[in-house]
Amino acid sequence: MDSVTIVAAVSIAVAGFTIMIGSIAPALGEAKALAQALSSMAQQPDEANRISRTLFIGLAMIESTAIYAFVISIILIFVNPFWTHVIG
Amino acid sequence: MNPTPDGIVFWTSGFITLNGTIVFTWFVMVVLVAISVLASRNLSSGKKISRWQNALEVIVGTVRKQMKEMLGRDDLRYLSFVGALFLFISLSNLLAVLPFYEPPTGSFSMAAALAVTVFFAVPVFGVAEKGVGGYLRHYIEPSPLMLPFNIISELSRTLSLAVRLFGNIMSGTMIVGVLLSIAPILVPLIMEALGLLIGQIQAYIFAALATVYIGSAIRSRAAQERKNRQKTSKGEDNG
Repeated sequence: MDSVTIVAAVSIAVAGFTIMIGSIAPALGEAKALAQALSSMAQQPDEANRISRTLFIGLAMIESTAIYAFVISIILIFVNPFWTHVIG
Repeated sequence: MNPTPDGIVFWTSGFITLNGTIVFTWFVMVVLVAISVLASRNLSSGKKISRWQNALEVIVGTVRKQMKEMLGRDDLRYLSFVGALFLFISLSNLLAVLPFYEPPTGSFSMAAALAVTVFFAVPVFGVAEKGVGGYLRHYIEPSPLMLPFNIISELSRTLSLAVRLFGNIMSGTMIVGVLLSIAPILVPLIMEALGLLIGQIQAYIFAALATVYIGSAIRSRAAQERKNRQKTSKGEDNG
């Protein structure tokens, strides 16, 4: 295999693995946070506003890990620096 | 395929390129200014108010109430900054229902610019509130050992603010693009609706995080202690 093929194959495979592994942990974490928040809201409906506000901010924080993985895989597919290096 | 509006080029001359991000940002600015001018043309404080004024009052009132709960006080300086960020991001994501329009927040340069405004606004508000020394002291607050971590966190949260907004909006556009090529009838509509919802949530989160960052910069120790005292006294009343 020449280097162009290797770079292309590795980039595509790693992009898939990145989004696959990178979305598992945030999904589990968000599910846990949401379940906890729901049970807290069921216990204390008066505090529902405060809980949901904190929940939203926390979910955004957790979700950014998955977004990082997504951005990395997008970079690997669309604007891959190694690919341009090999081509050029 | 163009996942970001950066790829749509309208006009180019030399090193100046007029791409979709800039043009759509101008469009959003025009819409925002036009709505604001129309709504605030004849304001009244009486019982009979125009529909536009009512709508705008609801939005501003909600943002103000949320910020008051987060910051612990009512301050119009922060309201104007965070409210402008929220309205801009919210409207630019909402206008994705229009044909030929792509949200400018789906471009990394736009998201990074918005995050950089927050990055600079936090020390400005902090210095205005507590003075230069008082603001700089919070970098070494638990102990001077934490100085590098505080500086890194300041930078990394700006990056995460930018990447979060960019990633969410761009992925929405992209999922619709992919679905258009595999199931073009009705299926992309569902994801488009989900994208609108995500856009509003991201606008809320961006504004909420900006408020939290500003709040952490302007919060003084005395105010914190006062708040804690109030909370404990309230708890005693309830108990």
